[in-house]
Amino acid sequence: MLATPISMTIDPPAPARLSVRSLARPGLTSASLDLAAGECMAVMGESGAGKTLLLRAIADLDPTTGTVSLDGHDRAAIPAPLWRQQVSYLASDAGWWAQGVAEHFADWNTAAIIAAAVGLTAEAGSWPVTRLSSGERQRLALVRTLANAPRVLLLDEPTANLDEASALAVERLLLDRLASGVAILMVTHNPNQARRMAQRLLIVDGGRVREEAGS
Amino acid sequence: MNYIPLTAGDLAIAALLVLANAGLSWWLELGIGRRLLISAVRAAVQLALVGVALTALFSVRSAPWTAAMAVAMILLAGREATARQDRQFAGWWTYGIGTASMTMAATIVTLIALTTAIQPQPWYDPRYAIPLLGMILGNCMNGVSLGLSTLTATVAHERPAIEARLALGATRREALRPSTTRALRAATTPIVNAMSALGLVSLPGMMTGQILAGADPVEAAKYQLLIMFLIAGGTGLGAVSAVILGVLRLTDARHRLRLDRLRAA
Repeated sequence: MLATPISMTIDPPAPARLSVRSLARPGLTSASLDLAAGECMAVMGESGAGKTLLLRAIADLDPTTGTVSLDGHDRAAIPAPLWRQQVSYLASDAGWWAQGVAEHFADWNTAAIIAAAVGLTAEAGSWPVTRLSSGERQRLALVRTLANAPRVLLLDEPTANLDEASALAVERLLLDRLASGVAILMVTHNPNQARRMAQRLLIVDGGRVREEAGS
Repeated sequence: MNYIPLTAGDLAIAALLVLANAGLSWWLELGIGRRLLISAVRAAVQLALVGVALTALFSVRSAPWTAAMAVAMILLAGREATARQDRQFAGWWTYGIGTASMTMAATIVTLIALTTAIQPQPWYDPRYAIPLLGMILGNCMNGVSLGLSTLTATVAHERPAIEARLALGATRREALRPSTTRALRAATTPIVNAMSALGLVSLPGMMTGQILAGADPVEAAKYQLLIMFLIAGGTGLGAVSAVILGVLRLTDARHRLRLDRLRAA
């Protein structure tokens, strides 16, 4: 349930335009794309095609060639931690480094407002991570990323472990972020989700990236 | 000092205990007999050779020969510290990091001991410098080895958590802090345990050796304490520098985790 309008409680990040040119690494061949503020692009392709590699490459988590920029500012000129705060990658099975849920957040009270939007109570902050189901982990990992207020979201199957109701709640939360100007690049295997969320579709096949015509 | 000289027969009796262990291993099919015998033979040969080498070294008291012996010890320690690591850095990095850390730590600590507490004449007198370096290096080697192996194993195991933090904008130092702490704890646990149990549970080898050789137990205890502090300092210094160098090698300037720099386990 979208109990609280997020955009009214959390300061939205400044909109930004992501530009990728000839981005390559082993397993990924010369990817280029542009993503405007408030735009969502779905990334689809078979397992092992290179979708995750593309997202990781944009987040600068692996060594690459090519250029990536945000609002015309070259990634290479921006300190990597600052880049990743603005262009945040969320793995499909994100890791946890502390025992308690709240320890993963700079301010759980603020994050709890986002968590409520995906059906998690503030009490979840006091839970140990080991108690979380895979679906709760996935939603809390998304909350953790959103609490950082990134300008571009790189989401790797953000609803893969969720039931339909939870997946729709996540989609509503993401649509709210899109409305506030956040750009989203989202890997999904669900064509219906791609249609609901994205204005454009990117196909990754054997490490090659192409935009679906007319998407 | 009065000491009871050992004969070959005395050593043979002690060696029978090792043989008995090996026999027990074969009888119970434990599979450790061969390794036990090889390491016992290796220890005997190595100690015999080092005894001869030290006798010659002590008689010439030459700075270049003392330095050459120290370098040989450090290079061998580097090999021993890194030879049995489960996950090694590709290329010579494991050996390089281990040897550089031990060289720095053991040299600093040995020089401090020689020029402050012991002050032999000349300061590099091999009778003092070489045994001191040996004791410091031996323990430093264990610390460096444990620190590096724990670091690489922990980082490989904790990759999802480390990359989750990096993806949120953490620096490499922040993201690898838990792994660094765990590696340093593993590296220093043996020396912390040894110092905690000193005199209560065990009399360490050097002090026992001095007492058996006829030294006053109080003087032997003073020497042992000095050695323990030197060992603790050397182990800590060596382990910290090896783990920090390891963290730098496992990441890059763009704060990325570089597990591709490890050889496959």
